[in-house]
Amino acid sequence: MGMKPTDISAPDYFHKVVDCQWACPAHTPVPEYIRLIAAGRYSDAYMINWKSNVFPGILGRTCDRPCEPACRRVRVEDEPVAICRLKRVAADYKDDIKDRLPKKAAAKNGKRIALVGAGPASLTVARDLAPLGYDCVVFDGDTRAGGMMRTQIPKFRLPDSVIDEETNYILDLGVDFRGGTRIDSMKALLADGYDAVVVGSGAPRGRDLDIPGRKEAATNIHIGIDWLSSVSFDHIHSIGKRVIVLGGGNTAMDCCRSARRLGGEDVKVVVRSGFDEMKASPWEKEDAAREGIPIHNFLVPKEFLHKSGKLTGVVFEKVKAEYDAKGRRKLIPAGEPDVTFECDDVLVAVGQENAFPWIERDAGIAFDEWGMPTVDKVTFQSTNPKVFFGGDAAFGPKNIIWAVAHGHEVAVSIDKMLHGENITERPLPAATVVNQKMGIHEWSYKSEIMPDQRYAVPHRDNATALSSIKAEVELGFDAKLALSEAGRCLNCDVETVFSAPLCIECDACVDICPMDCITFTENGEEDDLRQRLHAPALNLSQDIYVADGLKTGRIMAKDEDVCLHCGLCAERCPTGAWDMNKYFIEMTHAGPACR
Amino acid sequence: MTYLTKPKFHHPSLPKNTLGYTRRDYEAATSTLCAGCGHDSISAAIIEASFELAIEPHRVAKISGIGCSSKTPTYFLGASHGFNSVHGRMPSVLTGANLANRELIYLGISGDGDSASIGFGQFAHALRRGVNMTYIVENNGVYGLTKGQFSATADRGSKSKKGAVNTDNAIDLAAMALQLGATFVARSFSGDKTQLVPIIKAAIAHRGAAFIDVISPCIAFNNHPGSTKSLDYVRAHNEAVNALDIMIGRDAITVDYEPGKVVEVTQHDGSVLTLRKLNDDYDPSDRLAAMNFLQQETAKGRIVTGLLYVDGEADDLHGHFNTVAMPLNQLNEPELCPGSKALDKINAGLR
Repeated sequence: MGMKPTDISAPDYFHKVVDCQWACPAHTPVPEYIRLIAAGRYSDAYMINWKSNVFPGILGRTCDRPCEPACRRVRVEDEPVAICRLKRVAADYKDDIKDRLPKKAAAKNGKRIALVGAGPASLTVARDLAPLGYDCVVFDGDTRAGGMMRTQIPKFRLPDSVIDEETNYILDLGVDFRGGTRIDSMKALLADGYDAVVVGSGAPRGRDLDIPGRKEAATNIHIGIDWLSSVSFDHIHSIGKRVIVLGGGNTAMDCCRSARRLGGEDVKVVVRSGFDEMKASPWEKEDAAREGIPIHNFLVPKEFLHKSGKLTGVVFEKVKAEYDAKGRRKLIPAGEPDVTFECDDVLVAVGQENAFPWIERDAGIAFDEWGMPTVDKVTFQSTNPKVFFGGDAAFGPKNIIWAVAHGHEVAVSIDKMLHGENITERPLPAATVVNQKMGIHEWSYKSEIMPDQRYAVPHRDNATALSSIKAEVELGFDAKLALSEAGRCLNCDVETVFSAPLCIECDACVDICPMDCITFTENGEEDDLRQRLHAPALNLSQDIYVADGLKTGRIMAKDEDVCLHCGLCAERCPTGAWDMNKYFIEMTHAGPACR
Repeated sequence: MTYLTKPKFHHPSLPKNTLGYTRRDYEAATSTLCAGCGHDSISAAIIEASFELAIEPHRVAKISGIGCSSKTPTYFLGASHGFNSVHGRMPSVLTGANLANRELIYLGISGDGDSASIGFGQFAHALRRGVNMTYIVENNGVYGLTKGQFSATADRGSKSKKGAVNTDNAIDLAAMALQLGATFVARSFSGDKTQLVPIIKAAIAHRGAAFIDVISPCIAFNNHPGSTKSLDYVRAHNEAVNALDIMIGRDAITVDYEPGKVVEVTQHDGSVLTLRKLNDDYDPSDRLAAMNFLQQETAKGRIVTGLLYVDGEADDLHGHFNTVAMPLNQLNEPELCPGSKALDKINAGLR
């Protein structure tokens, strides 16, 4: 008994080895586009992204990058490949790609889809369905498309021109965009006879802080996301000199940096948790620090101080973290004197919530006790079979890339449903396998791997950056830096494929492998085998590739965890038992392939 | 073959020895031998043994002759001294180096062509003199560099890749070493590092002439069905007499073996060799019996591997000659040139 031989034809097996792609909610084929960037083929790199994540220019500036912590470079070196900023390179340096986009459907198929909210979820659904002939009608209260990408992300991180370009690629597919039209009744919408309704209206309500002084000092206390959208729409142009931002998420980072540009001289962030446990992405905290914004931690707001209707400061209680037996954190009073910070304005960025005041509770859509719709996690269908939810509207606030991933799945559901198919049967991804061997020492990919620390993205100098709310802070990689950074990619989609009948068990691969990934040994149960490998395989999230059928009766066991995909095993193999094959894995989107 | 250098990355859990080095620190340039060459496995075994013994790389001299095997010192212990000498002349170069500096660890790397043909005489004399060294022959039975002609260790009746049958008798280097008085004789197989690594460690710890014959299949020219030095043939005919555990500078391992199943040999440096018997009748301290056993098993077509013979009380050439305890490069002028009075004394002694 022991481990079963690995079925490498299972679509997920090698997909999981491509950590970045597996971690990406939209499963963008990351190594493939990074190689194209290295080759200077920016338009090709852009199109791979566009197909998968719809907003490469936007995401290349704003993505929460779930791919990067997953990057294998983290496990073998330190910092991940700058995947997100390489995506931006593709968007920045591409040629005009308009003629490579899908064409408007020659004929409509007679099915009408209503999409509520013109954010990333709805636009992704429209992008997938409009070219298939669906009549997609997108409604939004704002006159321009983009949703939270337009209203809540400051322009110094994401210029309007980028949003315009990428939303127009979709609207130009023959999508009927009705800007400035706020939907205020689901029942009325359903009564219009749409074949499907997509709710992509986000999580639009910023959480408030109900502590003493809130009402009295209301003029100087602003809800973060509302304040940011007012700044976006040019309704707000200034703020007091001394600003406190309450909250530790990315919205708090956007708030403090915006405040710094609108006249805030003494801007500070105050957060309940410890600095390390803040929800904000590490790089967003770094950006705030670079702009001279201190972050004070373990302080819980207790009271707003005010004088004749004007905010004068905030009192905080000092807390400390305590962990119970299960490792859960609790913040308890530290027993130290309260801390008071004086200020002119406060921005409250302590979270946001869903709100569906426009969906009547008798519209056939079930909601739970927290006011969230009941949505199937795979099909995104609500309890009203015609109504689908995507993006923040589906499961609460997440990130753009999640909204895009939801959008693709919603489109598949709708396409299947309107073709009379069972929407719970989901399409498998498509894999294209290409052998990489060119000659005795030649591979079609850059197999030589060296230690190489992450390259920093150039920034606009602080003085210029802080003088304008719209001047983009990050300048992006230039072509040379992009080439260097792209060279750090380990090509994890070029897979080591083993053929036991060819193996003569000469140990050449075992000896050459720089990471001690390969072991020939007696089979055993996984727990035991993991301990017996050449290097113990302790990262349980990474699979062991097992092959049997060797002459000695042993098995080949390869720990995928820290494989560099350097191809040395294949290069040193005298019989070709090891081979390097590129697995280009693409998710199946709406259209004939999904049905 | 590869022209790529092995990436500097290593496994995050790679252990360090008492010197703070990892196994990777004992590596050297990437091998340019044919893919799958048994010699590369032997290099890997030498690297592993050196790492486990926590040898200081600058205390090793690796000396070789000419041939595929003699190229390999380039591929291990990159921070050690190396001398790629003349064909078949490794033993005399090594003997000279050893006499000049007795404090280094000497690794003599040779092949079946280098040791059993052109250097056969050198091989014999270094062993019979008891030079303190680890003499490793990477034995593949063919001349690999000249495309696979039979070497002197190829078995009579075995076939070349093209089908030609060898009509000459084979030289058994392990049997020769026993006959010549080597005080540590072993045979192993490049495809079995579990056996090979402890043998190399024990040989390095041995004071005196240690000889290891390592069957090392030539994947390019001698790994076909008619060969008696192919991976498959050696695996099928391997007769391992014992399995070796070696403890250096520590108490012997306390694992409970069945009584009579274990032989312990304590060497000069205090290292304890614990041999688990795989063949109950085999006694590795009996040189004559070892010679007999080897001949009998060879006649039956078996390849005897393991630690064949060890003399824990062995002495070396320096002991025989009663040479000065200091390496020559550490002697100063007064010791090297003791003056005319000392010369007069010596001359008087010769009259």
